[in-house]
Amino acid sequence: MSSTNATISSPVMPVHDPKGGLLIALNATLKRDMMLMLRRRGEVLNPLVFFALVITLFPIGISPDPELLAVIAPGLLWVAALLAALLSLDSLFRSDYEDGSLEQLLLAPQPLAALGLAKVAVHWLLTGLPLALMAPLLGIMLALPTGSYAVLALSLALGTASLSLIGAIGAALTVGLARGGVLLSLLVLPLYIPVLIFGAGAVQAAIMGDGVTAHLAILGALLAVALMLAPWAIAASLRISING
Amino acid sequence: MWAFINKLRSPKWFYGISAKLQPWFWALAALLLLTGTLWGLAFAPADYQQGNSFRIIYVHVPAAFLAQSIFVSMAIAGLVFMVWKIKIADMAATVMAPLGAAMTFVALFSGAVWGVPTWGTWWMWDARLTSMLILLFLYLGVIALRGAFNSRDSGSRAASVLTMVGVINIPIIKYSVDWWYTLHQPATFTITGRAAMPMEMWAPLLIMVLGFYSFFVGLTLMRTRSEILRREANKRWVRDLIEELR
Repeated sequence: MSSTNATISSPVMPVHDPKGGLLIALNATLKRDMMLMLRRRGEVLNPLVFFALVITLFPIGISPDPELLAVIAPGLLWVAALLAALLSLDSLFRSDYEDGSLEQLLLAPQPLAALGLAKVAVHWLLTGLPLALMAPLLGIMLALPTGSYAVLALSLALGTASLSLIGAIGAALTVGLARGGVLLSLLVLPLYIPVLIFGAGAVQAAIMGDGVTAHLAILGALLAVALMLAPWAIAASLRISING
Repeated sequence: MWAFINKLRSPKWFYGISAKLQPWFWALAALLLLTGTLWGLAFAPADYQQGNSFRIIYVHVPAAFLAQSIFVSMAIAGLVFMVWKIKIADMAATVMAPLGAAMTFVALFSGAVWGVPTWGTWWMWDARLTSMLILLFLYLGVIALRGAFNSRDSGSRAASVLTMVGVINIPIIKYSVDWWYTLHQPATFTITGRAAMPMEMWAPLLIMVLGFYSFFVGLTLMRTRSEILRREANKRWVRDLIEELR
């Protein structure tokens, strides 16, 4: 009895100074996710190994002829990188969902959209960016014509950021489902098509000697739109998955 | 205005009003589709280049129109459901999705059949064909996502979000595919020479399009009514209704 009285009469917990609360929360989310991912190195390496493996399959399956490979290399590299990025999506929210930290994220006073964006940023830093950096290496193996390597890496770096944002919507929608993996690819792949078109198009244009700025500008525009809209969709989807 | 919106919230009210509206749409659809089919298939003049094979247009184009309109309708219904929690909107979106997927398939299939006499092949990576194929995948994704949730409410809200994300992406996909096509393909046979279509060919097409839309509204009303009964099976008014019918 006395304890109940005590809790009733005790003053309300002081709310922490909200100034800078969002920045602190963002910073904490970034650091935490970065550390978690770096401790599970396998998850960071898997998409890269997958990327290299898929690229290895094509010369074996189609033809080792360098001339033929050079023609299809931009598309192959882009498709393989896209699939590798897709593969890593399922783990984006999965472990947080299972250990309950996603619920804490929802309960946090900071907007969920911003915190979700921080998680996506870490995902891109540890999958999209490494894929983009590794692509030129695989490009050499596919006899990709010289002069297109920088564009390949740049287009992938820009494009995978959009892919991470769009894919996070699908990952957030399917995180509560037991067998969400296959469904995730069905939801996300059709939405990836514009990025693939302009990404592979940029590399093609670089090989042909056309200007690549238009392609890269459109990739940047797609990223800008995704940055603006995707966080809200991710937040709404996470709420559905947690409450449902 | 608010009274009207509040009425819309009531499945019982919708069940009553749709019963009155439904026959009109069915009658209109039957009339338009019959007229359009007869006129288009029997009386419209044959195309001077494509001969009689152009008559596939009277199924192909209305189906393609509906395929796109239904996705937009689903997105609007999803928005209404998410913002105002009007359950009827979600029921309508649920029953529209398979119809939209079917229409997309009809448009793709009739396009493929049309491709044989005009292009000499069943499939070409034409910009329109490709966008329609992607639209079919978007439909399948929405249907699959709705079915994957155990709780109906979560499934409804997830499908609504995905439909809205999809509807924002449809124009982006459409334009990027058009752009991709012009870059990668040399100018081949186009079916855009339709602008100079004579009146005798164009009028039945318009009638067919209107007929398809009436059919869509009638079918959506009918299927929404069944969906209402399914979801409200435990409500008193539905049980009373069943008692009356006995």
